[in-house]
Amino acid sequence: MSEFESPAPELGPGRAPDGPAGDEVIVNIDVNGERVRRLCSASRTLLDFLREDLRLTGSKHGCDVGDCGACTVLVDGVPRLSCITLAVEVEGAVRTIEGCGPAEAPIIAAFDTHVASQCGYCTPGIILCLSHLYTETPCPDDTAIRRALGSNICRCTGYTKILAAARQVAAANGATHTDEPE
Amino acid sequence: MSDPAERPSWAVYPTHSGEPAEGGVLGRSERKVDGLSRITGAAQFTDDLVLPRMVHGKFVRSTLPHAWIVSIDMSAAMALPGVVGVAIGPELPKRYGVIPVAQDETAMAIGKVRYIGEPIACIAAVDEETAHRAARLVRVEYEPLTPIFTIEDALDPSKPHIHEASRKPSNILRRVFQEYGDVQKGFAEADLVVEDTYEYPGSTHVPLEAHVALACPEGHGKLVLWSSTQNPHYVHRDVAHVLGMREQDIRLIKPTVGAGYGGKCDPFCTDIVAAHLARKLGRPVKIALEREEVFYTHRGRHPARMWLKMGFKKDGSITAVDFKAWAEGGAYASYGVVTSYYLGVFMPLPYTLENYRFESHRLYTNKPPCGPKRGHGAIQPRLALEMHVDRAALALGLDPAAMRTANCIEPDTETCNGLKVTSVGMKECIAAVVEASGYAAKRGKLGPGKGIGLAASAYMCGALHPVYQNELSQSSVQLKVDRSGEVTLFSGTADCGQGSIHMLAALCAERLGIEPDDVRVIEGDTSLTPVDLGSYSSRVTFMAGNACVAAADKVRDKIARAAAVKLGVEVGALVFRGRQVYVDAAPERALTFVDAVWLAEEMFGPIGEVGGYKPHKIGSRFRRQSVGPSPAYSFTAQVAEVGVDVETGVVTIEKIWVAHDCGRAINRRVVEGQIEGCVYMGVGEALYEEQRYRGGLMAVPSLLEYKVPTVHETPEICTFIVETHDPNGPFGAKEAGEGPQLSTVPAIANALHDATGLWFTKPPFTPDVVLAALTTARRRAGSA
Repeated sequence: MSEFESPAPELGPGRAPDGPAGDEVIVNIDVNGERVRRLCSASRTLLDFLREDLRLTGSKHGCDVGDCGACTVLVDGVPRLSCITLAVEVEGAVRTIEGCGPAEAPIIAAFDTHVASQCGYCTPGIILCLSHLYTETPCPDDTAIRRALGSNICRCTGYTKILAAARQVAAANGATHTDEPE
Repeated sequence: MSDPAERPSWAVYPTHSGEPAEGGVLGRSERKVDGLSRITGAAQFTDDLVLPRMVHGKFVRSTLPHAWIVSIDMSAAMALPGVVGVAIGPELPKRYGVIPVAQDETAMAIGKVRYIGEPIACIAAVDEETAHRAARLVRVEYEPLTPIFTIEDALDPSKPHIHEASRKPSNILRRVFQEYGDVQKGFAEADLVVEDTYEYPGSTHVPLEAHVALACPEGHGKLVLWSSTQNPHYVHRDVAHVLGMREQDIRLIKPTVGAGYGGKCDPFCTDIVAAHLARKLGRPVKIALEREEVFYTHRGRHPARMWLKMGFKKDGSITAVDFKAWAEGGAYASYGVVTSYYLGVFMPLPYTLENYRFESHRLYTNKPPCGPKRGHGAIQPRLALEMHVDRAALALGLDPAAMRTANCIEPDTETCNGLKVTSVGMKECIAAVVEASGYAAKRGKLGPGKGIGLAASAYMCGALHPVYQNELSQSSVQLKVDRSGEVTLFSGTADCGQGSIHMLAALCAERLGIEPDDVRVIEGDTSLTPVDLGSYSSRVTFMAGNACVAAADKVRDKIARAAAVKLGVEVGALVFRGRQVYVDAAPERALTFVDAVWLAEEMFGPIGEVGGYKPHKIGSRFRRQSVGPSPAYSFTAQVAEVGVDVETGVVTIEKIWVAHDCGRAINRRVVEGQIEGCVYMGVGEALYEEQRYRGGLMAVPSLLEYKVPTVHETPEICTFIVETHDPNGPFGAKEAGEGPQLSTVPAIANALHDATGLWFTKPPFTPDVVLAALTTARRRAGSA
């Protein structure tokens, strides 16, 4: 059984059980490789849709206004701030940290090895941003790595270990030089 | 380190200090046992938890800084469909606070508001959006009072009291005055006196996870409360106190915490009101703060005005220090009494000082309460002290690095104010950063707009005396050994990202010769785990670590006795390593750890042990010196290299070299991460971060406006670990989570002087501040 086949959220009073009512819309999207169809408020953010309706809690509430990056998910492979994206406006395939696979495995392993995650609240968003980076640029230099991480706030690490992990992945992908050696 | 035989009695405690890593775990540079769960999003934070029938709470907050509450009209809010209940301040009249002598806070305002953003009421609704909408329908009628916003007003006896019950002449929470030696004589002997004032700004922690609490009523009047806290024990005590419940009827669970840096040390309105509403409504209640609310909740760095006067001999030795500080603390005490002491008590470290006097004031103002932020109270005075040392060195024609090294205290020293210092790696730290950075060759020679600066510092490893007086363990650890070989470790600690789960697993594994991954750590659950006072004052590695080693020693002893019988040797001949117990002289005579556990269980019954730690009594010469003494002290030196754009005033930090004496590194990579995180937070306070107000209104309550450094602003950090093997630390370990932040801002300030010839005494060193100072200096030079 798919993890998404749980019962839909309770419908409020006055709402028809068989279709959208009031400001409700049907969200019909691909999340982590599975088709998801849900009734929800037109104003529901993608972050709340993922966290509350689908119980995918790896994406985090950090600021809810697009300042911190903790809610980052991939839509068709491109990082999106799910806290300022409406669920209803999403058309592409969504990938969250729970949907990470072989492409992200080296990033996750490097983060583990380097202890690039302290409290871990920002980490899922950062992993997804880096996933996008290596897809576009398998062997990024330091400038590209920093640019990819520029919209993700980490308050714990000083980014040092995050950069070290990111450089390790770049090196494993065949990067011959970074402009800031270890 | 001095010879152990020559150590004073207070410096010896049996904690395996300096022993080689028999288990092979200590000192490795490795992954954390809980790393992957956090990286992959599997870790459950409080806000990730959902319960059936759960409702959401949202606070109604004060819009005035200081006012009587005339009326609260909640009728419109309560009429909104989806609203299931409300609570207001008078329902929870008991005052609380971690510091027993300063319990001045209620969960929500009663009769009077004291800062903009103070909770007044809470609405519970079926979803967060409805609660939010309902909260905006609440009408509060106020009768405004004169607000107190400045240090001057807080000291003015003619101004009204923020806390009307206060018997102090003005809005002072605590004044501390201490004097040691003969300060007057010290200044009389000085060849050089340096005197100036400094202003350190307020700043806030910004943990990415906001404060969240989830409460669920159980049958029989009991309650489970999940809280994103650093201090489960204090939350447990205070929630029980305010709700009038027995502590044993509340189970407080700390899920994974998305960092704190001191910002989650207090029991908060979230905890108390969620618990209250859950009981009132008979269903689970979650309260998750929004980012803006976190800025109002605050408990961050106290803005401090400081005056420092220091006397020096020609050789750079310090003859006297006279220090005054006024810390603006906001509307409630929080840990402010402790702040008032921490502002002064660490100044006699790390330089030899006989004559010292300080006077500090912690004041109330009508702003969100300040509290403990990383390096609590010791950050502000360190800027003043380390800048004074550089000023003196330049005036005396001395090398600032050599002058600092020459005046470092030695190991096993008692400072003039009675701090008993055991291990000291200060000189090694200074040497490491000076050499790596090329400080001597670069100082004064980097050219216009470029500079290099050095600073040193010391910090505590937990408070010697507990917050509420008792003779109990300050940390305790319980171990259960399963026949599978899995060791379950129960501890009341609260890992908020700093790595204390791994620290406990590693110390236990080291002692039992297994791997950290063989140890499952269950922490921060008051029904399962023995008490630990919490993650503050850099106490966890030292205190919980010692408790862990004490418990592991007992387990090891039982296993060793059983294994010794089986292998036909004395207990002392055994080595625990590599998941084996073997004879040291004949490693082929070995048992697997699992087999050894079976033998031990056959001999002694089920294997479970407890260990506790409280610092042994090291009585001070000074009766009043109860805040400040610690069982050990960590030391840090830092060099910052900066560039200043003289046209725009923009400061760029090129690189920071940092060396930290952490006693002994348990996991080197985790220690490095703590040091680097400290430097990062210091960089933020030096250049960007300030909790700014317009009147009583927090002016920058979002991450767009409150500037924290991103990867682009964070300099390269070059980290050195200096190990000293403290005689009282677990295997010699001390701390790394706070101390390294103390010297970051002064190193940057000293580098700015090297770059510009100007002393910048008021962080953050923003472009407008730097440019204004450069322009003034240029004008003066032009008119001269």
